[in-house]
Amino acid sequence: MVFLEIKRLRKRFGTLEVLKGIDLSLEKGGFLVLIGPSGCGKSTLLGTIAGLESISAGEIRIEGQQINDLHPSKRDIAMVFQSYALYPNMTVAENMAFGMEMRGVPKAEREKAVAEVAKTLQLEHLLKRRPSQLSGGQRQRVAMGRALVRKPRVFLFDEPLSNLDAKLRVDMRVEIKRLHQRTGATIVYVTHDQIEAMTLATQIAVLKDGELQQVGTPHEIYNSPANLFVADFMGSPSMNLLEGSVSRSNGAALVVIERTGYDPITFPVPSGANVETLAEGAKVIFGIRPEAVNDLESADAKSRSITTFTSQVEIVEPAGSDTFVVTSIAGKEVTARMRAECDIRVGQSHVFAMNLDKAVLFDPITTHRI
Amino acid sequence: MSAVDLSAVPPRRMRTSQSVITRVVIYGLLIFFAMIYLVPLIVMVMTSLKPLDEVTGGNMFALPKSPSFASWIRAWGEASIGVSDTAGISGYFMNSIKMVVPAVLISTLLGALNGYVLTKWRFPGHKLVFGMMLFACFIPFQSVIIPMAVILGLLGRIGNQLIDATGVSFGFGNPTVNLVLCHVVYGLGFTTLFFRNYYEAFPTELVKAAMIDGADFFQIFRRVLLPNSMPIIIVTVIYQFTNIWNDFLFGSTFAAGDQSPMTVALNNLVNTSTGVVEYNVNMAAAIIAAAPTLFVYVVAGRYFVRGLMAGAVKG
Repeated sequence: MVFLEIKRLRKRFGTLEVLKGIDLSLEKGGFLVLIGPSGCGKSTLLGTIAGLESISAGEIRIEGQQINDLHPSKRDIAMVFQSYALYPNMTVAENMAFGMEMRGVPKAEREKAVAEVAKTLQLEHLLKRRPSQLSGGQRQRVAMGRALVRKPRVFLFDEPLSNLDAKLRVDMRVEIKRLHQRTGATIVYVTHDQIEAMTLATQIAVLKDGELQQVGTPHEIYNSPANLFVADFMGSPSMNLLEGSVSRSNGAALVVIERTGYDPITFPVPSGANVETLAEGAKVIFGIRPEAVNDLESADAKSRSITTFTSQVEIVEPAGSDTFVVTSIAGKEVTARMRAECDIRVGQSHVFAMNLDKAVLFDPITTHRI
Repeated sequence: MSAVDLSAVPPRRMRTSQSVITRVVIYGLLIFFAMIYLVPLIVMVMTSLKPLDEVTGGNMFALPKSPSFASWIRAWGEASIGVSDTAGISGYFMNSIKMVVPAVLISTLLGALNGYVLTKWRFPGHKLVFGMMLFACFIPFQSVIIPMAVILGLLGRIGNQLIDATGVSFGFGNPTVNLVLCHVVYGLGFTTLFFRNYYEAFPTELVKAAMIDGADFFQIFRRVLLPNSMPIIIVTVIYQFTNIWNDFLFGSTFAAGDQSPMTVALNNLVNTSTGVVEYNVNMAAAIIAAAPTLFVYVVAGRYFVRGLMAGAVKG
């Protein structure tokens, strides 16, 4: 059942259109992550759901109720801000109870609700403190507690982890995930961190320049990116993208990647691509994730189609759990994700194996996936 | 800032004797200038503690032979002020208090409200409105006197009509109310400037959070903005208190006789042309007149410095 629904939403600031017709829907208990580079409109989109930004066209519905023109406080939503936005003059308990106080909830009831949430988030010993006496992680938890305590229909998170240091960020990410699983809350979450998006979301919406690029599960976004932008934006290190062309012989379609000084790499069109649309000689962009580029011996045994190429190793980056090996094909960098203990040195020639099951093709003109 | 060429600075030799001399010079100069600033106050206090013959016959800097507060008591309750029947400056002191307290409170509150609207509830043309309020800061007192007199005259007529109709003037035409109005209107530009600049740096996310929490316009102002505005409130109160307490022009123009504020009364006391000039009483009265502003500075002064610096550096 569709819980949160956004239809043809547009937002203009003067002549500048920052959201160009957004269509999104989220089921109850879903976790929607809005992701995109700076200035793509993701925070503005969240603001329109919150009611902090007016919309120029389209509609927003929660449980079928149109909320376009409702005041933020009447939408039954709660928001966690990037800066946490805790009231500095109030204690943690007062911060958490403020929303209920404004809605005229009796004091006893407020205290009960605060105590309950404080217990869940392990904030009980902090209730009497002021925000200035808390650490970053504690402030973050209080901000989430303030949202939770009202039991709203939708939670909105605006880059909630971006002010935390790396270790705490991972801890809080797990905590948010646990919270989502336990409470079954419906969440819309804005981030520019694609690991947060991948780990937390049930649905990811990738935005660029105010337009939706792709909406799908983390698996879909990662393995079947709709276009070059999504392919390049999601994943770290990012997807290897190489220019090639199509060659047809005996009914089979092959991808040919020309190289200087080496034989061209030739292999069958990856299984995911739509072969019929590919004409002889058509230019394509071949995309493959670093983890699908490997040694011959550690290549995925279940893979149905593997192709190999030999190339000179340029950079070796040991990352602890893996080692990233960088080589280049036709002037383009190609990153391979190897086992940590692989014995590869800079300068040597190495045989790389590509798992074509995981490869995708893009049209270089439309940038769409073929 | 441009880069400093370090090679141009000769390495400094750390010699203790040199640094001692530097210290002596610095402290010597500081003490010297502090003395210069303190001399008028010292002379005032000493003169006020002497009997009149000792003042007129003796050295200005001589210590009082038998210090007495007689002239303070005279200044407060007995001295004749101009041609008025009221004795001493106590009544005028109270006039000033009755004028300053409401004027400071109202202008500070309205300034805070203006600053809140101009930063967190922006409307088309907010820059123009703020620009015009800033302009008010540059208008000299003298140039508003005649327009102000016209308006106060109108209010006075309304007051008279109200008395005819109901028997009560509701404050229209009352000199103290008039002065409060003058100072509130004149001070609004400054208080708005202070609060707007403070709230400009105030995190807007707090206002948004309060909106989502269901707080309305005034609840956000009262519960979120004001409790976090202490430094700028102190600055504004000190600034307004000092200005309004020390004002002479409005006070002497729009209030007369028994209704005059302290500053006007002090002038009338000192400028009395009949009888002997009682320097000791004048000095005592002058110190009493300056006491409230001194008091405000001493009590709130440290917040004043803090407030002026607030927002200059983040953190």
